[in-house]
Amino acid sequence: MEIFLQQIINGLVQGSVYALVALGYTMVYGILGLINFAHGEVVMVGAMLALSALTAMIGWGLSPLLALPLSLILAMAGCMLLGYGIERIAYRPLRHAPRLAPLITAIGVSIVLQNLAMMIWGREYHAFPQLIANQSHHIAGAIINDIQIIIIIMALVIMLALMAVVHRTRLGRAMRAVAENQHAAQLMGVDVNRVISVTFMLGSALAAIAGLMVSANYGLAHYYMGFLLGLKAFTAAVLGGIGNLRGAMLGGLLLGLIESLGAGYIGDLTGGFMGSQYQDVFAFFVLIAVLVFRPSGLLGERLAERA
Amino acid sequence: MRLPTLFCLTALALVACGKSATDQVAASGEMVVRIGAVAPLTGPQAHLGKDNENGTRMAIDDANAKGVTLGGRRVHFELISEDDQADPKTATIVAQKLMDNKVAGVIGHLNSGTTIPAAKIYSDNGIPQISPSATAVSYTHQGFKGAFRVMANDEQQGHVLGAYSVKNLGAKRIAIIDDRTAYGQGLADEFIKAARAAGAEIVAHEYTSDKAVDFTAVLTAVKGKQPDLLFYGGMDAQGGPMARQIKALALNVKLVMGDGAHTPEFVKLAGDAAEGAYASLPGVPLDKMPGGKAFSDRFVAKYQPIQSYAPYCYDAVNVMIAAMQKADSAEPAKYLPALAGISHQGVTANIQFDAMGDLKGGFVTMYQVHQGKWQALETLGAAQ
Repeated sequence: MEIFLQQIINGLVQGSVYALVALGYTMVYGILGLINFAHGEVVMVGAMLALSALTAMIGWGLSPLLALPLSLILAMAGCMLLGYGIERIAYRPLRHAPRLAPLITAIGVSIVLQNLAMMIWGREYHAFPQLIANQSHHIAGAIINDIQIIIIIMALVIMLALMAVVHRTRLGRAMRAVAENQHAAQLMGVDVNRVISVTFMLGSALAAIAGLMVSANYGLAHYYMGFLLGLKAFTAAVLGGIGNLRGAMLGGLLLGLIESLGAGYIGDLTGGFMGSQYQDVFAFFVLIAVLVFRPSGLLGERLAERA
Repeated sequence: MRLPTLFCLTALALVACGKSATDQVAASGEMVVRIGAVAPLTGPQAHLGKDNENGTRMAIDDANAKGVTLGGRRVHFELISEDDQADPKTATIVAQKLMDNKVAGVIGHLNSGTTIPAAKIYSDNGIPQISPSATAVSYTHQGFKGAFRVMANDEQQGHVLGAYSVKNLGAKRIAIIDDRTAYGQGLADEFIKAARAAGAEIVAHEYTSDKAVDFTAVLTAVKGKQPDLLFYGGMDAQGGPMARQIKALALNVKLVMGDGAHTPEFVKLAGDAAEGAYASLPGVPLDKMPGGKAFSDRFVAKYQPIQSYAPYCYDAVNVMIAAMQKADSAEPAKYLPALAGISHQGVTANIQFDAMGDLKGGFVTMYQVHQGKWQALETLGAAQ
């Protein structure tokens, strides 16, 4: 029983990590209808920036409790700048180009970022300093630690905050207007370029938070970490219905749970015929099954015009 | 998913094409002999790949500084370093590229999974290949005459690991995790054979990949089987985080790994969870190698601390050059027989190959992390 509970916790933590990253994907898609494949790389840059800032500040003798939020703010600022730059350089000139063009530049940006990070931070894995005592808590035999609890709460809070921004604020109204029809929004006096830039910056700030959480949880950061994470988070966003914030959360959690329960029990269930090497196969099988029956994802709205 | 890879390769290929054309002219009286080196220079194992490249480069620089003459002409050795990303598909592409660049021999690859498919291409072109670090048994057992390695294979290593775990560490219930690469899987299989033969029970066999960072699900499944020892067949990039997660999940096992995890990187990534972990490394400890201390000092002064296989790369190049000198030619067909019958005093050992191309009389040393450093426990003669 405690093994089962532990697998549920593993899945929730892993799923919240996916959800944090998926929120960034889904927000940009919701507004622009563009899949920002460089998002995973922005997460990586966020983690690296936070790590560098943290190491420097600890070196200056700052207390970890002060250095941690400061480096997070720095990383968020850096990523917002990066997000703005990516949109300005790689996506804005292609806004009226066929759908495939920005997709390709997105992949290009992702390669450039990965290689730049490799040049700046090197090829090796960086160990994330263990600054705050990471207390373990026992719940009915299962174990969860502070960072994992923070990750789960953070994912929920950020989702709620984003929903509040999109549905309750003036900026959110502008975002929704741009999502609906860019030309009409412009005629109504919405500064479309500004709204899109802000959307990207918001998504990139989220990426920085996700990057810090992920590297604190696994205790490492490296220039390559954004690739697989981005891919899984994208899957989660599609699973939940891309463009839908609650969908990203649901998709992330579901993917995490499927992976951990799948890896944990598939071997015993099939009598050793299939083992945990089918972990990813299992997750993608569920994705295919969902998309066959609900092409727009679990919570996705049917938008005839959206690919 | 592979699209980015493809882009990089195309770009690299273009750059390399431009370069090779100019080299032909550059030689002024000297004969240029190209030696190919392949290792993952990007991706999760890039730190190991760079270590290999540095070891290879140092040997080539040494040979150029010393001056080698073949057939009466002074030779300038040129290193062509390629990145296989630890990916078997990419490995065959860069292998073909090396063939197009007319290399005289190849040092590589780093991983077994990449070395095995690439060996076919080198063999078809009659180019000798020495892998410094591919330990999977099947690499030298494909029937290729030009495939050699300067490190004990997994049959030898797995045997020592399995027997040591049961006899010296007293394991009775063993859980296995491997990364499904030719190396991790092959080593795990040999380990299982030896552990079973020594009387232990394998209670779980779980899998991960060489790019994973989260192992909580498989570790939790392992925990349910209550093992007393966990063997991981894979590399340091996974072993480090895995050690942390073992500690976080309060999984009470001895962690035993193969040579892929015997690196400073493992200790760095695992943090305080590294303490007490075991790993093997074919060969004797560096400070007991014939020229280990001197090599290590020079290497650290020039590059950075040795990750793992750099001395083996250094030896692989020197063995290849020694064979060329013996045959007085850099023609692959001429120096290959000399290579098969060579006896060369290297940094890591006295290198001689058996009929398969494996290192004769390889040793395996067990190490344990003690106060943040890998400490040699004992060196065991590999059977056969």
